[in-house]
Amino acid sequence: MDLIIQTLTKNSFVTALAVTGLVMLFSQMLSKYLTRGKLQSSAIAITLGLIAAYFAGLYTTGSKGISDIEIFSGFALLGGAMLRDLAISSTAFEVDVKEIKSAGKIGVIALLLGCVIPFVVGAAVAWTLGYRDATSMTTIGAGAMTYIVGPITGTAVGASSEVIALSIAIGLIKAVFFMISTPLLAKFMRLKSPRSAMIFGGLVGTTSGVAAGLAGTDVRLVPYGALVATFYTGLGALLGPSVFFLTVNAFF
Amino acid sequence: MIIYGTALLSMCYLLGVYLGGLLGKILGVDANIGGVAIAMVLLIVGKEFLAKRGLLPKTTQFGVLYWAGMYIPIVVAMAAGQNVVAALSGGLVAAIVSIIALTATVIVVRWLNNMADDYDTFTWDEETPTLDQLS
Repeated sequence: MDLIIQTLTKNSFVTALAVTGLVMLFSQMLSKYLTRGKLQSSAIAITLGLIAAYFAGLYTTGSKGISDIEIFSGFALLGGAMLRDLAISSTAFEVDVKEIKSAGKIGVIALLLGCVIPFVVGAAVAWTLGYRDATSMTTIGAGAMTYIVGPITGTAVGASSEVIALSIAIGLIKAVFFMISTPLLAKFMRLKSPRSAMIFGGLVGTTSGVAAGLAGTDVRLVPYGALVATFYTGLGALLGPSVFFLTVNAFF
Repeated sequence: MIIYGTALLSMCYLLGVYLGGLLGKILGVDANIGGVAIAMVLLIVGKEFLAKRGLLPKTTQFGVLYWAGMYIPIVVAMAAGQNVVAALSGGLVAAIVSIIALTATVIVVRWLNNMADDYDTFTWDEETPTLDQLS
């Protein structure tokens, strides 16, 4: 038994590959027999991953989900930003350039709206809940963009660590929400074509949410959504501490 | 050789992420701006360039497509590494902000997609969907 655990731990990346493969197989069976193919196996697998991450987080009190458990530490590499972004890049190999060109303008509009809307809503709700100083409102609004923009903005404008933690939580809820619910809401959001995926990518923005949400809906949409979404965090980090903060500061 | 494709992908990725970081630096932001998107554009350009010269045999393509096929498993692994506990421990304020902001976002996605209006007319070109078969 010890030797088994030792083998799995020493080769943690390979363990992660094997476990992920088994999870995909299990999800495929669930998809086929439990939902009769209605829910895509990838959507189920992503949800299972999040559930595992939740319990692993409770158990280890760490911040990296299942990869905080030693034998699953390979998940940190397999599911880390490096391989994720490499895989996202590779999906561009099959894109239809015409679709991107024709949707370029609306993609940019979506990107800008995608930054403004969650910020304004987030800041307004923060105000009604009693966070009435410009710094806290800006940070919470930035957290409603992504869990990376929140702390970047909060640090830049000098928010308290409690508010920064809150902004991270809000950003994480957004990512988890879109990972799970995009396949379920795809019809409501009219998500089907490359153009609609670009609009979705721009408005939602949070890379992990877009990446997993589209994977669970239709993997062919991934490159289109990702192409726009990968500008989002940078744009948010640019606007949050500058234009957005100055605007909020002028009023409150 | 398969590695040619993977190396092409890797070089496009590195260059893209570098340029995205540079863009962030120029604009004075502590974040990468569109690095992955730049990498994607470079890959598309690189593919066209090589394909025109007949330098893109199936095995080379496979070196890129392998990673495209690994996309979903990688995303599943990513999900398993999320800090879900922190997401759920933000309390009532985080919940209320999220519910309202997320509802607004979902509605605007629907609204913009209705304006773009190709939900009923769009169909995939059945000859090219290798990404679908791989994953």
